[in-house]
Amino acid sequence: MENNNSAQQFSTVIVPKTKLLDFHLKELVRYRDLIFLFVKRNFVAHYKQTVLGPAWAVIQPLLTTVVFTVVFGKLAGLAPGGVPSFLFFMSGNIAWGYFSGCLTATANTFTGNAAIFGKVYFPRLVTPISTVISNLIGFGIQFAMFLVFLVIYWIRGTVQPTLYALLLPLLLLQMAMLSLGVGVIISSLTTKYRDLVMLVGFGVQLWMYGTPVAYDIGIVPAKFLGLYMLNPMTPVINTFRLAFLGIGSFDLPHYLLSWAMTLAVLVIGIVLFNRVEKTFMDTV
Amino acid sequence: MDELAIKIEHVSKQYRLGAIGGGTLKGDLQSWWARKRGREDPNSKIGSRTDLKTGDKFLALDDVSFEVKKGEAVGIIGHNGAGKSTLLKLLSRVTAPTSGSISYNGRIASMLEVGTGFHQELTGRENVYMNGAILGMTKAEIDRKMDQIIDFAEMRQFIDTPVKRYSSGMYVKLAFSVAAHLDSEIMVMDEVLAVGDMKFQQKCLGRMGDAANTEGRTVLYVSHNMNTIRQLCTRCIVLDHGKVVFDGDTEKAISIYMNRNSLMQLSYDLGDERPYKDLDDWMRISRIGFLELASEPLYRMGDTLKLRIDLNSEKDDPKIALRIMVRTLDGVRVGMTTTAPVLHIRPGPQSMRVELPLTGLAPGSYQLTIVYYSINTYGTDKVHDRIMDICSFVIDQDPAAFNHKEWLHGTWGYLTLPELKVQAVNSVTEE
Repeated sequence: MENNNSAQQFSTVIVPKTKLLDFHLKELVRYRDLIFLFVKRNFVAHYKQTVLGPAWAVIQPLLTTVVFTVVFGKLAGLAPGGVPSFLFFMSGNIAWGYFSGCLTATANTFTGNAAIFGKVYFPRLVTPISTVISNLIGFGIQFAMFLVFLVIYWIRGTVQPTLYALLLPLLLLQMAMLSLGVGVIISSLTTKYRDLVMLVGFGVQLWMYGTPVAYDIGIVPAKFLGLYMLNPMTPVINTFRLAFLGIGSFDLPHYLLSWAMTLAVLVIGIVLFNRVEKTFMDTV
Repeated sequence: MDELAIKIEHVSKQYRLGAIGGGTLKGDLQSWWARKRGREDPNSKIGSRTDLKTGDKFLALDDVSFEVKKGEAVGIIGHNGAGKSTLLKLLSRVTAPTSGSISYNGRIASMLEVGTGFHQELTGRENVYMNGAILGMTKAEIDRKMDQIIDFAEMRQFIDTPVKRYSSGMYVKLAFSVAAHLDSEIMVMDEVLAVGDMKFQQKCLGRMGDAANTEGRTVLYVSHNMNTIRQLCTRCIVLDHGKVVFDGDTEKAISIYMNRNSLMQLSYDLGDERPYKDLDDWMRISRIGFLELASEPLYRMGDTLKLRIDLNSEKDDPKIALRIMVRTLDGVRVGMTTTAPVLHIRPGPQSMRVELPLTGLAPGSYQLTIVYYSINTYGTDKVHDRIMDICSFVIDQDPAAFNHKEWLHGTWGYLTLPELKVQAVNSVTEE
């Protein structure tokens, strides 16, 4: 019997450490239903027992856009000429809103889910991935609102969308991947250093001012532009505006560079996440 | 059935004691700076045990190895801190072992807590999907099982109500039901049955027994409730300070676990205080001791247990009775014997010798409850002194008895009845 047993194959073996680049992708696929249930839960739970329901997804960016238009557009004069400043700020707002929403939510993965992670195993990446997807629903609603305004202005002839609009899925994917990557890096580090939780909200805000959301890229002095374009979100926002508002130009080298940075951040994030997920329950 | 379901090899889990990191970057830097300059760490816990300094290693599990065959129901018992929960955590992959490996076949449904991932705002049905998916079921599987789950939980009426409106019992029933219907090859449970009403508990135990016996699933069950362990498990592992101290028959395991609670003594000195309200205070047992024993209270089947009871009395009463009740170490009542009300208690200290024939008591570990009482004019008892659950002793099994089968308490109880008398009857000639 003893010999028999030692030859037996097991479907799962738990050992102290896994390989550095083992992403458990197969397992993630097996848990795809869980991802979608989490998405549904996040969405439903977010708006249940609110009177306006998903309308809140629209109200918030709408008001922010109005504020931006007044403060940054009218008072500070940071909007570019040629396009309605309302649409200009709204496009920046909803794109940035998606990115920052995903980032802050995924940065909370380990600390926010410690209770459930401590009781049952499932691939931990399921949680941040579902966060990113459920934020996509909110983005969809906001984007629909944006389209309504866009069509109105388009009929009036004040904006001219371009064929770059076809890049939208790619832009979304990139924002999702970048926010996921940065988010899981932060959440992995927060298991040890809670200080980072404080930094996230503040950091995201700073990052926004380093990205042409509340102003036009034209105001950035030329000597800083090289450094400025290293921000992987800058080409994304620029391309988004080019696609729907027809302003600016497509900067392929910087766009590719931002993709490379996105992928690098994501890979580093997942490696870090996988290292932390095995034992974070002991320290969190 | 010799196929293995789980194989645990030399698994250890180490925790660092004390403050695990300052929790803040500042704290970590402070600790580092203090260590560098040879000062005391300002972040270490004050009053933590001095023999275990901060940063010292603590082994929650220490080189644990065992195997579980497919279809076995194995109980894991041990005192708080013995490493049971750590073991289950490792098995359910909540945290990783420090060394060693755990191999298993199939899926593990772990129920370290029922209702994990239940969301208050979602309805019962939505939560079943949610909970099932967390436990590793796909949506199609849950669809197939949905009716069974709802029926088992007995709550078809409420299934589309948000769970925040549920009572705690309903919550638990639904949660257990989901976990119990998961098509996993291995079920890992941590005292989930401590909740729910008796009827539902029995139903759950039955369900888990079925899972092991008829469906060939493997069950690992942790509990402090020896009755459920006895009912469910065919084998038991006793953990103590992170090590496996026993692995085998359930009854033996339980008695090993129990013995550590009440050490087997040969005599007991007693004070005057009793935690009961119904007692007189004019007589008190002062000491109880086993007689004619060499080193430990160990008997063979059919032996006679002999006690010497010392007591003090302030009154003279010629009509006192003595009652002795026998219970197992975990409190199952086995039997009672008494004297007629004829004992004459005189003022002052005195002793008596008591013989209790153990005829009929099955092999196992027991303890006594000793009561002095009298019967008043209305025919009811008046208790003068009572000592509960004292004088634990063991009855060893005669190897040849019961056709060399070890006594199974879960199946046969605690009494050996007189041997059967069987004669061949030739019915044809009889007629």
